[in-house]
Amino acid sequence: MIEFTLWDILRNLLLATRWTVVLSLVSFLGGGIVGLALLFLRISKRKSLRSLAKYYIELFQGTPLLMQLFIAFFGLGLFGIDVPAWLAAGLALVLWTAAFLGEIWRGCVEAVAKGQWEASASLGMGWLQQMRYVILPQAMKVAVPPTVGFSVQVIKGTALTSIIGFVELSKAGTVVTNATFQPFTVYGLVALIYFALCWPLSKSSQILERKLNVAHRNH
Amino acid sequence: MSLIEITEVRKSYGATEVLKGINLDVASGEVIAIIGKSGSGKSTLLRCINGLETINRGSISVAGAQLLDDEVHLKALRLKVGMIFQQFNLFPHQTVGGNVMLSQTVVKKTPKPEAEAIARKMLERVGLAHKFDAYPDELSGGQQQRVAIARALAMQPIALLCDEITSALDPELVSEVLAVVRELAAEGMTLLMVTHEMKFARDVCSRVVFMHQGRVHEVGPPEEVFARPQTPELKQFLGLH
Repeated sequence: MIEFTLWDILRNLLLATRWTVVLSLVSFLGGGIVGLALLFLRISKRKSLRSLAKYYIELFQGTPLLMQLFIAFFGLGLFGIDVPAWLAAGLALVLWTAAFLGEIWRGCVEAVAKGQWEASASLGMGWLQQMRYVILPQAMKVAVPPTVGFSVQVIKGTALTSIIGFVELSKAGTVVTNATFQPFTVYGLVALIYFALCWPLSKSSQILERKLNVAHRNH
Repeated sequence: MSLIEITEVRKSYGATEVLKGINLDVASGEVIAIIGKSGSGKSTLLRCINGLETINRGSISVAGAQLLDDEVHLKALRLKVGMIFQQFNLFPHQTVGGNVMLSQTVVKKTPKPEAEAIARKMLERVGLAHKFDAYPDELSGGQQQRVAIARALAMQPIALLCDEITSALDPELVSEVLAVVRELAAEGMTLLMVTHEMKFARDVCSRVVFMHQGRVHEVGPPEEVFARPQTPELKQFLGLH
């Protein structure tokens, strides 16, 4: 039987961590872009667009991420579309992230005082100008801590993609365990690596929250 | 011809009618005080004039610009009438100078140096030129309100709507804001103000409009309205029995 050193295990896990990081970044950036589009639909003046975004968000927030992964992976296969695991994983995570970010950001836009809309309107600004110069700069300040906080959920969410066979950190953990028969060591290391990815983000979210609160002390 | 023409304006929120057919013509250079109990519709009327509230019936025009519910017409109208709010509503993420310059550069596309020159001139006018680089939260309420006035003036409106602009201020700060308004009135600016400052209304305004239950109940020059109120409602409002 082959002996595995701790370094052998760690090295293989770290190699797989690259895919966790890539998938997290793709989900977050893609989800951010789609989320921004959802935000604009969600606060649009047209009711049909608002409803469309609302149903989208309710659908993705109201079903488990795992089901969304299964549907992206197996569901499309039923129509004869061959979906590789990485595509299904990326697609489902982008759409899932977008639903949450869109809703977080809507809350931030609505947190801006109504008087700001009225003042900018009475100065003659159109809707897009109000958004661009008055509302979004203020909403963004509020949005930073919850957005960074949610990125932690995205990283942990990538672990689910191991179930459809995408080899990221969790899947690599399973594979390495099957080869080494050392589940405690392997999953312990996996957990530590996740922690090393997530903890700095959680911490920075807390620091940002404190910082931005300080800036708001006079309001 | 009147500068502001308000004709048969009606406005309801659901089943409650808050404006029940308002007629009011304002000539250029007039200073109008709108008084009345809370809930009488005076703020709503003011907010209808620049389209912050949509009207259900009737018409409003300012210097020929009709109030219509689309962005092009609204913008044309809002360039003619400025508005100042009870809560100041300065942009907290911009400096005082930035507040006064923003709409000039964004809406009127005024080049930045020119917008800055206008901003400095307007801030000078309200006595706050030295606060150009300060942020709104570093100013007192009275100073913030004066910046809001400068911001509205920078768009060079032909009329200003003032919605209880001293009601959120500490008593000792009221006079500095009213002094600015008094000066504007003396320079011939057309002003419509909802106010509770009866002494100010008496001293500065050319006409007083008393609103009661969504109607213009009494109109007249301040000496008439305050000294010889015709209706029991106005007598009661003024505390005369």
